Amino acid sequence: MWKNVPLFPEQASTLASEVDALYLTFLGISIFFGLLVAGLVIFFAIRYRRRAEDEIGRPEKAGIWLEITWSVIPLAILLGMFAWGAKVYIGAFRPPSDAVEYFVTAKQWMWKFQHPQGNREINELHVPVGQAIRLTMTSEDVIHSFFVPAFRVKADVLPGRYTTLWFEATKIGTYHLFCAEYCGVEHSKMGGSITVMEPADYEMWLAGRDTGPSVVASGQKLFRVKACSTCHRPDSATLAPILHGLFGEEVELEDGSTQIVDENYLRESIMNPIAKLVRGYKPLMPTYQGQITEEEVLQLIGYIKSLASDATENQGPESDSSSPASTPDEG
Amino acid sequence: MSDTVTTPPRRKHYLNVDYGIKSWLLTQDHKRIAILYLISITFFFIIGGVMAALIRVELATPLGDLVEADTYNRLFTAHGVLMVFLFLIPSIPAVLGNFLIPLMIGAKDLAFPKLNLGSWYVYNLGALLMVAALLRGGTDTGWTFYTPYSSTFADSEVILTALGAFVVGFSSIMTGLNFIVTIHRMRAPGLTWFRLPLFVWAHYGTSLIQVLGTPVVAIAILLVAAERLLHIGIFDPALGGDPVLFQHLFWFYSHPAVYIMILPSMGVISELIAAFSRKRIFGYKFVAFSSLAIAVLGFLVWGHHLFVSSQSIYAGLIFSVLSMLVAVPSAVKVFNWTATLYQGSISWQTPMIYALGFIGLFVIGGLTGTMLATLGIDMHVHDTYFVVAHFHYIMVGGAIMGYLGGLHFWWPKITGRMYSVFWSKIAAGLIFVGFNLTFFPQFLLGYMGMPRRYHAYPEEFQILNVLSSAGATILGLGYLLPLIYLFWSMRYGERAGDNPWGAYGLEWETSSPPPTLNFDEPPVVTTEAYDYLSLREKKLA
Ligand code: HEM
Ligand SMILES: [Cu+2]
Ligand SMILES: [Cu+2]
Repeated sequence: MWKNVPLFPEQASTLASEVDALYLTFLGISIFFGLLVAGLVIFFAIRYRRRAEDEIGRPEKAGIWLEITWSVIPLAILLGMFAWGAKVYIGAFRPPSDAVEYFVTAKQWMWKFQHPQGNREINELHVPVGQAIRLTMTSEDVIHSFFVPAFRVKADVLPGRYTTLWFEATKIGTYHLFCAEYCGVEHSKMGGSITVMEPADYEMWLAGRDTGPSVVASGQKLFRVKACSTCHRPDSATLAPILHGLFGEEVELEDGSTQIVDENYLRESIMNPIAKLVRGYKPLMPTYQGQITEEEVLQLIGYIKSLASDATENQGPESDSSSPASTPDEG
Repeated sequence: MSDTVTTPPRRKHYLNVDYGIKSWLLTQDHKRIAILYLISITFFFIIGGVMAALIRVELATPLGDLVEADTYNRLFTAHGVLMVFLFLIPSIPAVLGNFLIPLMIGAKDLAFPKLNLGSWYVYNLGALLMVAALLRGGTDTGWTFYTPYSSTFADSEVILTALGAFVVGFSSIMTGLNFIVTIHRMRAPGLTWFRLPLFVWAHYGTSLIQVLGTPVVAIAILLVAAERLLHIGIFDPALGGDPVLFQHLFWFYSHPAVYIMILPSMGVISELIAAFSRKRIFGYKFVAFSSLAIAVLGFLVWGHHLFVSSQSIYAGLIFSVLSMLVAVPSAVKVFNWTATLYQGSISWQTPMIYALGFIGLFVIGGLTGTMLATLGIDMHVHDTYFVVAHFHYIMVGGAIMGYLGGLHFWWPKITGRMYSVFWSKIAAGLIFVGFNLTFFPQFLLGYMGMPRRYHAYPEEFQILNVLSSAGATILGLGYLLPLIYLFWSMRYGERAGDNPWGAYGLEWETSSPPPTLNFDEPPVVTTEAYDYLSLREKKLA
């Protein structure tokens, strides 16, 4: 609808028109009130111009009803805008259950992506149009922020934990990717592009490149190589908890509290296992901090998530996982 | 205007009691300390302004071709740090507030004159640390010092700059404390709370924030220093810390701090509108209490800076709705000022031009603030030029317009001289036009998606950036003019007389410039604030 307005970013996601509608409505309200105040100020300033040196203004009694009116009307409008804005925001941080998960690792000053099929890219991301895509993101150093203006989405990318964001592209094209959080010398160069393709073209694009093993397969391999499998067995919970069917469930911790198993919990359990001990186990697990990269942790998590569906046949991993993992924060 | 000829040439006042340098550096007179502050903050305003100019020249082209990326980062950091900590926060309180609060309440001085002088030295000590940091190459973290970049990664003078901000914070606490005690204890007989000028109310609210908020940012700064120096894990996850904790601590102070910058300006505007409409401010009590409401609510909205920084959705909802609430008292003020003009006797003097300009710019700044507080919009424009435009509309369009309006209003009182009316109107016009040309395009840039703190940018953003840089040139010229004609007026300006504007207020009842002890006889107040009827009966020419 606003496609040809030159001072407007392109609308290339399902979210874009929602954000724009909200913005333009608010803009309209603002222009109305702005012009009202400006008009009154200018009108009064001219109409009641001082005409004699000793003239004074006509004092008046404050009108309590006037005060109430001009407090309540703006308040009501603002609360309305709040509610609408909240709805858009909640939608933007709750991915649909069929969203496909991609991994993002940011570092000074580049973006690294991994497709679920295993494909990796740097500073460029190719995605199919019309498919909801969920990004699970982390940083290897400072805080960055993933920002695609054409999609109207932004989320900070933090070291030491995961944040998520989702979008569904609606228009073929190549769009700017920016880092929006100041992150040091090359902050303004820490950009790239998102290329939205027809699903068939996307498949061809994937096929035409050396894809490597999928995320789950890489994770499975790491699970063996890093010797996780010596303790975490599919059939015996004596040494360590069984990981099948774990993701999205609730576990009881040593101190009696409970914890939902989400990406952030899994990451912490790998990097700092004694921080949250599962009830009934000794602090035997070694820390993998410094032993594996952030990308490898993500692959392991991808693998562990894939085990969730092995145990409970009728529940897909995504429908199970989306609620805890989709809020931007767990801490 | 009236008594130019009759003023005896050698009347003793606070400026001519003594000329020695020691009489200035050791003065305990709030008026002289105000002048000391005026000199210091003007100096840093100029330096901060030069940095802004360099930034705008760099951004006139999409390529980062004028300075290196690293230099650019150090420039915008220094610009932000100097303007916020060394100029805006002290500007109106430490200069105009310092000079006027005792006069307005009929007191001889502030409650603690030595503390007042001490605050100026503390300010300069902090400023010195920041200048030292600059000379050693500067800092590249942005004025917000976000961790873990600032605490672990930045390779620049973070500690020195942060320590400077820490020290300057104490001068701010000292001033706030002094004002609170003074306003409570030293009002002239008959000057009840609801007879106080709104300028005093606004400073009371400001002082509360200064005293309660500043310690929190001081702690946050110390923790960053501790992590940098001692590698204690507080903010860096690699050391077991939480990077977002810093943002909470920082904004817990710095959101209220934005009100430290705007509330005093609102106080000035109330005075100007009353004086140049010759009318009591409409809804006096509502305007007075809105200052307190802003001071209190301002402490509850810091999370609106963290909507996309991994804060939980529920926290986002709460901070969003509270931010909407804090906008209401600001709106109430604007409506009351507008209503004051109705049936006023409006004089288009220079200070009034600033006041009316303030209303326009503050409305834009406030409305865009509420847009930013709307979750669905902030998600897109957070950390873009939209935010940059918003806070410049408030802090430059609002706070500096108020400061300049106040300076032009009370200049005849401070110096006893009048400046060139012609040039002052030209300057006010240039500032208004230049300001809008500089910052309005930035709203558009922000919505288009240009992130802030970018040294280089994609080509499609260039036209708006060029407009902005062009506006900055006009704005710079507008700021240069007062520097010249105000300075010039101190020597060559016409003698102003005690009450050149025919304004109501105790400060206008004493001579210009006032004597060291402010009033020859201690004043007694028998009328309400802005009672122009009684003023006309007494003497309005
Ligand atoms: C009507 C009242 C106001 C509301 C609702 C409001 C709202 C906001 C919001 C939501 C943000 C965060 C935007 C973001 O980072 O995405 C923001 C940023 C900011 N606002 Fe306001 N604001 C208001 C008034 C003010 C005032 C009075 C000032 C200063 C005197 C001010 C100064 C700032 C500053 C300095 C920032 C950005 C700081 C930074 O990130 O460097 N605002 N405002
Ligand atoms: Cu960045
Ligand atoms: Cu704020």
